[in-house]
This record gives sequence, C-alpha cells and structure tokens, in this order.
Amino acid sequence: MPLLEVNNIDVSYGDVQVIFDLSLKVEKGEVVSIIGGNGAGKSTLLRTISGLMSTSTGSISFADQPIHNHTPEDIVTCGIIHVPEGRRLFPLMSVKDNLIVGAYNKRAKKDTLLTLKKVYELLPRLQERESQIAMTLSGGEQQMVAIGRGLMAQPHLLMLDEPSLGLAPILIKDIFETVRKIADQGTTVLMVEQDVKHSLSLSDRGYVLEHGRVVMEGKAVDLIDDPHVKEAYLGI
Amino acid sequence: MLYIIEDSINGILMGSIYGLTAMGLTIIFGVLKVVNFAHGSMLMVGMYLAYWTVTLSGIHPYLAIVLVAPAMFFFGYYLQNIVIKPIFIAEKNVREPLTVIIVTTGIWYILDNMTLLIFGPQYRSLSDNPLSGQMLEIGQMFISVPKLYGCITALITALGIYWFFQKTDMGRAIRATSMDREAASLMGINQYKIYNVAFGIGAATAGIAAVTLVPFYNIFPTVGVLFDIKGFIIVVLGGLGSIGGALVGGIIIGLIESVGPQFMTATWTEAIVYGLFLVVLFVKPSGLFGQKHDW
Repeated sequence: MPLLEVNNIDVSYGDVQVIFDLSLKVEKGEVVSIIGGNGAGKSTLLRTISGLMSTSTGSISFADQPIHNHTPEDIVTCGIIHVPEGRRLFPLMSVKDNLIVGAYNKRAKKDTLLTLKKVYELLPRLQERESQIAMTLSGGEQQMVAIGRGLMAQPHLLMLDEPSLGLAPILIKDIFETVRKIADQGTTVLMVEQDVKHSLSLSDRGYVLEHGRVVMEGKAVDLIDDPHVKEAYLGI
Repeated sequence: MLYIIEDSINGILMGSIYGLTAMGLTIIFGVLKVVNFAHGSMLMVGMYLAYWTVTLSGIHPYLAIVLVAPAMFFFGYYLQNIVIKPIFIAEKNVREPLTVIIVTTGIWYILDNMTLLIFGPQYRSLSDNPLSGQMLEIGQMFISVPKLYGCITALITALGIYWFFQKTDMGRAIRATSMDREAASLMGINQYKIYNVAFGIGAATAGIAAVTLVPFYNIFPTVGVLFDIKGFIIVVLGGLGSIGGALVGGIIIGLIESVGPQFMTATWTEAIVYGLFLVVLFVKPSGLFGQKHDW
C-alpha cells in the first residue's frame, strides 16, 4: 500500500487547466523526484497535495485516507509537510521562532524542544544563527531554515519544492546531502527539482512531467540514462 | 516654562491613552490587513460596558477591567468569526479584501445606532468615582491622576501584548500569519482562527482603553468617532502593525494637543496634527516604526 496515492487528478487555475489526469504513487521510505521544465505543473501538483489548491476531479489519499477535501491545516496534521518554493520564511522572525512555528500542529507541538534539538543536530548552522532575523540570512541558510521548519512538524512525508532554487553550486550540494540524510533517517521525501542530475542521483524513483502530464516514470537510475531525459533536461 | 512642563506631562499621559485606544487597530491591521472602521465603536461598547459595570456594582472603575477585557475579547472573537470571516472566505484569493472594510463600516453604524436606540443620545459620566477630578500636586504643577493611571495601564498593556506575541505559541502563530498567510497554513496554522484571536485581542485592548477613559471622559453613542480618526492618524504615524509605534504616535498627538495651545489658538493644533500626518506620509510612508516589509 503506497503512503501517498494521487489518482487521475485534474487541476486548474480558473479556466486554465494545468494538470491533466495525473497519477502518482509514493511508497513509505522512498525518495521520489518530480522533474520537468518551467510551467510543467510541478509546483501546482505539490500545492494540490498540500491543500492550497483543489482538484476538479480525481482523488488523493494519504495512508489510505482520502485527503483531497482537507484544508491545508488538516493535511499538515496528517503528516504531509510542504516546504514551499522560494522558502517563504517568516521574514521578521528569528530563526528559532521560525522553527518553533513549524511545530505548531497538535501532533508535533508536545515534542517541540526535542525536535528542535534533532533539527539543530542535523543542521548545526541553524543553532549558531538561532537568534538572527530570518530575512538577514543568506539564501542557503534560508533554505536550511525552511527545511528545518518543515522537519519541526514531524513529517511522515516531506515535500520539497525546488530546494536548490537560486543557490550557488556548492550550497546545492549541501542541500541535497541534507535531503539524503533526512531520507536515511526514515522520512519519505517527494521532491520537485529543476536540477535533474542531483535530484535523480539521490532519489529512488522519478516522474517526468510535461504540460501537466506524466510522460515518463521509473527508477531514478534508469531515468538518468534515458535518452529523452538526457536530451531535454541534462543537456547531453 | 512650568506650564509647558505641566502640559507636556499631561500631554504624554493623555497621549499614551490615545495610543492604547489605537493599539487594537494596529494589531487587527497587522494580522488581517484590514482597516477596522468599527474600532471606535468597539471602544464605545467597552465604555458603556465599563460604565454600567461600575454604576451598577459600585466597584473601583479600574476593577471593571476584569470583566470588560474578557467580555470584549469574546465580542471581537465572535464578531470576526460570525460576521467578517464569511467575507474573507468568499474573497479568499484577494490579498486585501476591500469588502471587509465596508463590512466593518457597517458594523460601526449598527453598533453606534443600536447604542443610541437602547441608551439614548445623552452624555453620561461616572461623576462620583474615586478618581474623578483627582490631581497630583508636584510643586506648582498639577498632574491628572486618572490620566496617570491610564498611562500606566497603557504601558502594562503594551508590554503584555509584546510578551504574548514574542513568547507564546499563539503569539508566534499570529506573527507568522501576519507575515505570510499561505506559509502559515502550510505550518498547520488555521488563519481564520488566528483572525478571530487577533480581532479578539484588538477588541480587548479597546476594552482596556475604555476602562481607562471612563473615569474622566463622557460616554455617548458616537464617542468612538473621535477616537477612530485619531486612531487612524496615530497608527499611520507610528507604523501600521507596530504596537510600540501606536504608543509613540499617541504620545506625539497628545503632546501637540496639550502643548500647542500655549503658543496658538487651540483649534490650530488640529492643523498641526494633520500637517505632521501628511509629512510622515510623504517622507516615511511606512510610519515611524513601521517595517519596510511587503505585507
């Protein structure tokens, strides 16, 4: 039984349909990458899973419970945490307060301090910066805070939307290493990325999205070697 | 010279009470991004509540806070939950929904006119309360005791709210929502519940301000209008969303109003207030303490 199951969903912004009959599965413990160009509907897919947008048809279920009619808050309580594109930190709050807000949901709140310790162990840089205002951090540090804030909610499934966006190559490596560590600790990860090479090399499986449809899916190692992926996304 | 010091002190005291009346306005704007035109009316409701509590029970006017502040919290909480929330939900994709402002204007008219209907247009005051007309004599200067109490209450309230926003989970959730609604939802924060609480806190501070005003101020159905306009100026001067800014903005207005008449006709002070308001808008539109942050 897959942890997350998306069945034949259609999603539109007003009259403009962006996702067409899309299905996807994530098994417990997997790292799954969704790759695709700009406007392929990757972020919209994550926004739909986390309840910010609603499906017009189809269903989404998480741990066998239908969630496509839940509010974003209820979905967080179920254990799906979405780290949004562009980090979206609370700019005028300290790093520590940003992290604590991450543990707002009922399930995570009682363990706030314990989880905070774990997050600091995983991302020691954040402890050094804990009283700094989030707005003043560098891009890489902000992304670390965003991921840390997601972890504070004790996710069963962590969804990352372009964690490498706008970062220097050396920081991108850091971010992906962190993602790998999170996955190794047992959290299931669903990741949207434009950096296809890095994201596929740490994933178990991948989906390729084009124009709101899944055009290819398979093991990450197979996708990297696929001629279409190579040509369209890796530029080889 | 002595007059100027005396007037300055009384101006600061009265000004901090102005700041207290505007504090709720700035909190509600900071979180909901909506100018609450019914704020003066909520202050008026608080004043009637305080007036009747003190008149009927005969307790010290400041003890009324124990009843008025929680009662106003629930009033604000349910006003937002029942009347304003449905409009927020209907206008979900609008960043600063104008219709909500129109609804708060409606609430203002309804509250003022219902009060007029129930209690009549006459001015009421707590004439024989232990604070009325009390003066503190320092040398040759006279300081108004009820205003001194009001100033202390304003400071305690501001510190209390500041502490609440910084140190409690609910306070952090409110700040998070005020900075990024969508990111806050992704953290499991129900924004409508946060709006209820923020509106409740705004109404409760209006209630506290009402209690500080009742010992020395007349109570009548349209009393809120005076504080409404002052409140808007104070909040814009201090910076929308800033609690300390509301206090400082209030004190500036209070000082101009009380020291000004030493040098000019009293009616001119109003012109100075509005002139300063315009200058601040031209030079620093985010207000003296406003964060230059895209709401």
